[in-house]
Amino acid sequence: MTNSSITPTVHAAGVSIQGLRKSYGSNEVLKGIDLVVKPGEVVCLIGPSGSGKSTLLRCVNLLEQPNAGTIHVGGFESTDPDVDIDLMRRKVGMVFQQFNLFPHLDVLRNCTVAQTKVLKRSQPEADAVAQRNLERVGLGHLSDRFPDQLSGGQQQRVAIARALSMDPELMLFDEPTSALDPETVGDVLAVMRNLAKAGMTMLVVTHEMGFAREVADRVVFMDGGVVVEEGPAAKVVGAPQEARTQEFLRRVLDPTHIDIVED
Amino acid sequence: MAMTVRQRTRVSRTIQYGLLVVVVILAALLADWPKISKAFFNLDAVASQFPGIIVIALKNTLIYTVLSFLVGVSGGLLLALMKLSPVGPYRWLATIYIEFFRGVPALLVFVAFGFGIPTAFGIRFNVFVTVMLALGMVAAAYIAETLRAGLQAVPKGQMEAARSLGMPHWRAMVTIVIPQAFRIVLPPLTNEIILLTKDSSLVYLLGLAASQYELTKFGRDGITQPNAGLTPLVVAGACYLVITIPLGILARRFESRSARTKR
Repeated sequence: MTNSSITPTVHAAGVSIQGLRKSYGSNEVLKGIDLVVKPGEVVCLIGPSGSGKSTLLRCVNLLEQPNAGTIHVGGFESTDPDVDIDLMRRKVGMVFQQFNLFPHLDVLRNCTVAQTKVLKRSQPEADAVAQRNLERVGLGHLSDRFPDQLSGGQQQRVAIARALSMDPELMLFDEPTSALDPETVGDVLAVMRNLAKAGMTMLVVTHEMGFAREVADRVVFMDGGVVVEEGPAAKVVGAPQEARTQEFLRRVLDPTHIDIVED
Repeated sequence: MAMTVRQRTRVSRTIQYGLLVVVVILAALLADWPKISKAFFNLDAVASQFPGIIVIALKNTLIYTVLSFLVGVSGGLLLALMKLSPVGPYRWLATIYIEFFRGVPALLVFVAFGFGIPTAFGIRFNVFVTVMLALGMVAAAYIAETLRAGLQAVPKGQMEAARSLGMPHWRAMVTIVIPQAFRIVLPPLTNEIILLTKDSSLVYLLGLAASQYELTKFGRDGITQPNAGLTPLVVAGACYLVITIPLGILARRFESRSARTKR
């Protein structure tokens, strides 16, 4: 949709996760995760709900505090107790399932508030950056609207533009299309596809197998708090080796089939 | 013979209207109108209230109300943040404050600030400061609970989105969460101003100079004039309504607006 605006992302931060553990009380959600995302790589996390993939994603920018293990993001060891969390988060954009746009600010302000308050950019400079990113997601004409005047798909694209306006080196997507009406999913996926083509490092939790297969450099299948299988998208989604992966994909790709299989 | 449901409804409604008309007519016939108008609506007495009731009393009521509301909102916000603090002692202090000032009559607080504290510590506040402190500290207790509810009503995702953009916690509170909380509590906050407007009448306890009279004191002073009857109190009452009714309308407008923007 906005192919003309593709610009290579110059700075790209990778992620390196070792032995990551996270528990809520006695419930261990992540049981020792090792995962590497190379700069410029697009990695999709798939798996059944409750498998820990969202928690893993939220540990990367410390929205969840891991119990053990180390995470390196760009030049930061985010699990280091002395790390400047806010400095690290500037480099890491995040897109949420529920968009989480700021409802009291218009679309442009949504994209400029952190630029001016955190990066100390001047308002005109921030406006220009925001406008550029809104055009990149195909919404340059809606900059004076408020979030509640937009469709879900438009809100999610604004959320992407908001994250991009901080010039992140890594983008985290937490089920970005799960809360959307089916007809608006395509627009959001198209924006993400363009972002991937532009060389952005992306870690994406998703149920969109088509997207994973087409865009991801690698797909990681998680279940029960561990990585069960990982590899090139064509391999993991197209020809999974592990029984649990096969079972999951069968349920996702052919949901009516399992009704007959179960019981 | 039996009436349909619709007929029965119509008959019962006719009876209700009829009763109302009879009561009104009876009241109009039985009332001693000359006496009533002499006691409550003596036009000469009305005229004698002006312009003092506006340029002194109404003005002072507004000043007392606005000053104490400013103290109430800032104190209330501080207490609300303390109540939500992870630091235990802050929460306890806020709880003790709120329970105390909500539990004692505002009149006692006025006496304490007007006479108790000046006597005990040998300091004298001017009237405006006394009202501001006494009324403001009581209002703070009520507003704190309102604001706490408002802060908690802001979805958690708002804080997460702000933090993920690199905002420190305090910045996210100031820029993202608190403005939304105020928006949510605008209707109850407007009610709080209405209550304050009326409670400002307690200032009479302090012993006022004529230039410091507010509406109630001005009206009470007015009825000591010969032949004034109770008319000055009626005028004062009308002046309160001039303040409170527009506020009520404003509150309802906020309410319907926030209902509309709620998804």
